[in-house]
Amino acid sequence: MHEMAIAQGILDIVLKTASENDAVKVTSIKLLIGEMTQVEPESLKFGFAALSMGSIAEGAIVEITSVPLVGQCNGCGQQFAIEKYCFLCSNCNSTNVTVISGRELAVDYLEVE
Amino acid sequence: MQIKVMTNILDKNDQIAAEVNETLSAKGIFVVNLLGSPGCGKTSLLEQTICGLKNELSIAVIEGDLFTAKDAQRIEQHGVPVVQINTSGGCHLDANMVNCVLDSLELEKLDLIVIENVGNLVCPAEFNIGEDVKVTVLSITEGEDKPLKYPLIFQQASAVILNKIDLLPYTNFDMQSAVNDITGLNPDATLLQVSARTGQGLNEWYDWLKKQVRMKQARSIS
Repeated sequence: MHEMAIAQGILDIVLKTASENDAVKVTSIKLLIGEMTQVEPESLKFGFAALSMGSIAEGAIVEITSVPLVGQCNGCGQQFAIEKYCFLCSNCNSTNVTVISGRELAVDYLEVE
Repeated sequence: MQIKVMTNILDKNDQIAAEVNETLSAKGIFVVNLLGSPGCGKTSLLEQTICGLKNELSIAVIEGDLFTAKDAQRIEQHGVPVVQINTSGGCHLDANMVNCVLDSLELEKLDLIVIENVGNLVCPAEFNIGEDVKVTVLSITEGEDKPLKYPLIFQQASAVILNKIDLLPYTNFDMQSAVNDITGLNPDATLLQVSARTGQGLNEWYDWLKKQVRMKQARSIS
């Protein structure tokens, strides 16, 4: 249940950003969550709703955009969707692959009043 | 009004983790984040490692546990400094917890700190705690399907230790399948097969660990 710790991280970022922008109410929060993170969206929303009670972010809609897991081969340059967690290049079978997306855990933007 | 934020949710944790690593790197200390499910043999492996290496390396242990000091008591019997962190039900250690206990250790004297994380294959994988490497332990009795069920913790590891290989004859564990899955997930990981109970394979683990410590010390001096 590390979603609570992540929800706390989101709330800290949301309240700091809202305060810096003189917002009085946060109405929605857009998150980017990579495919290769171990976050359960419903637990995260539940945790955020509980933690944000009494703050200006109470009742804000939390929207989650899932980011697919994509690798790039450092040998042949191929970009490919990593399927079944096989991190070998789909073109040349190289093991020298960099993950270019799918590990995101980020607050993308807020809607505030 | 829309405000673009684009901030990593774990930034704060990662910043503290970087500070912890910086503090320990300045002293030339190599730090291992030891991961694995409850009962996979993390503490047994650690006890053996201390016995095997304490004449060559100055080791300290930070023990993460939900409520008890049982593991710390086991480690203490081997005569190395140990600090207990109780997470009070929390499923993982975070960087701040580790940062808060660093003062309890005499860092000047140390070569290696092993941080035994809370037994869990999910949550600890997301949180850096100041380590140089993650080492994930999987025991034979858990089954060979675990790497693909809990990919992140195996993908993030610099070494994966398959423990309890003395039990292989009594299980249906498919070693080839486990090795293929771990290699596919993490081609760069060092894969070691050991039994912390019988001592089989431990010398390779010690050699790997000593090499990492030496490389860290060389980097700190230069």
